[in-house]
Amino acid sequence: MAEAKKYPAPVTNPETAQFWEAAKAGKFMIKRCTACGDRHYFPRSICPFCFSDKTVWEEASGEATIYTYSLMRKSPTGPYAIAYVTLKEGPSLQTNIVDCDLEKLKIGQKVKLVWKPTDGAPLPFFTAA
Amino acid sequence: MTIKGKAYIAGIYEHPTRHAPDKSTAQLHAEVAKGAIEDAGLTKADIDGYFCAGDAPGGAWPMVDYLGLKVRHVDSTETGGCSYLIHLGHAAEAIAAGKCSIALVTLAGKPRTGPMPPRAAGAEADFEAAYGATTHNAYGMCAMRHMHDYGTTSEQLAWIKVAASHHAQYNPHAMLKEVVTVEDVINSPMISDPLHRMDCCVVTDGGGAMIVTTPEIAKSLKKPLVRLIGHGEAMKGPRGGKDLDLTYSAGIWSGPRAFEEAGVTPKDIKYASIYDSFTITVLMQLEDLGFCKKGEGGKFVADGNLISGVGKLPFNTDGGGLCSNHPVNRGGMTKILEAVRQLRGEAHPKVQVQNCDLAIAHGTGGLLGVRHAASTCILERV
Repeated sequence: MAEAKKYPAPVTNPETAQFWEAAKAGKFMIKRCTACGDRHYFPRSICPFCFSDKTVWEEASGEATIYTYSLMRKSPTGPYAIAYVTLKEGPSLQTNIVDCDLEKLKIGQKVKLVWKPTDGAPLPFFTAA
Repeated sequence: MTIKGKAYIAGIYEHPTRHAPDKSTAQLHAEVAKGAIEDAGLTKADIDGYFCAGDAPGGAWPMVDYLGLKVRHVDSTETGGCSYLIHLGHAAEAIAAGKCSIALVTLAGKPRTGPMPPRAAGAEADFEAAYGATTHNAYGMCAMRHMHDYGTTSEQLAWIKVAASHHAQYNPHAMLKEVVTVEDVINSPMISDPLHRMDCCVVTDGGGAMIVTTPEIAKSLKKPLVRLIGHGEAMKGPRGGKDLDLTYSAGIWSGPRAFEEAGVTPKDIKYASIYDSFTITVLMQLEDLGFCKKGEGGKFVADGNLISGVGKLPFNTDGGGLCSNHPVNRGGMTKILEAVRQLRGEAHPKVQVQNCDLAIAHGTGGLLGVRHAASTCILERV
């Protein structure tokens, strides 16, 4: 691999600060609504489904499957794979698949969380499981 | 309350340029405004409503001042490339409510001359910005999943570009006038899997404008009468990541609303302007609008079904964004303009649909695979 790609540090805000603090400790947190029971990502204080303010943080396993992806070949920093992955806990999220053979990605493939450093909190990425 | 038949498109203008390094963006707005006002047979002093989106330098008040307008109604709804389809619906609402009587809508800019300013970020920024979503790969992700779920092929997608190129050969202003084949498309370089270079639209400088007015004023003018009879708008995003499905667009909601208001069905449509930022955009929207069942878009677009005079649903007879023009990376305005030309009987004779009295103009804005808006306009010749 070439020199590690530089990723922007999260700006963070009062609503999401706990997510990024947990990330620094290697914990991947998602939000669960105690009113409707659904989990969501990225984290909101008010549930985007039932609009209850009774949302709580819970740690996710980091296990996921690829919902879809696209290998972007027209990039000054080299090809990269954008993807949506579906977490074992339910929610799907946008990410990049990294550190594996990007030519062999498949929808439905199992992937796992990896953190990539920034000048601030690390960012969640996924790689072949 | 309905906007059905309450507003007419009395003037249209598409800038002939595709590359304008010698002009300012505001100037292009003024040139398309002038063109549309003259096409309608009106003067600038007649304009009492102004609509613009994120491409207008500084937004509505600098533009109103720059153009020297005196308006009593403004609307700067920003929904990317479909802003102008939404503006048409909103102009009809404003006209029906008596808030203005002659509305000007402008679009212009120069992405071919220089880079565009970055898209404004929302609450998701920290959780998405690092992953490099662009138009190409966001639409690529939709195409990839559509292929997975429904067996759609690159060859089927290529037929959309082939149809657009058949139309573009007759448009003297089209950026790409060469007729291409399915093989040409699938042999063009892969940009973001599974989209090839020829699955992507052109990048052009330029713009377009329209005049929307009351039935009475339209009837006092000289142009053939074209009116809006149905309009819908909707938005879609990952919504917290629940039940993610990238194989449909917000057109699944905007389309039925517009058809219901118009009192017509997809089977009645004689001509379709469908936003073609990428081939997959067209395929998904045709399904979402009900021209075929979900998942059958590939079969529907194949074998020239979108070519005027050949297939059942002539589409983008100006060559569309895939071949002719995609000013400011925003295709909604040119979709309306070609639909009006078809309804007026002013399209190129080689692509003019016979007895074209009912058309659809539909588009999305934003990133289809991330967050986007959609708007549907049903237009009728009176």
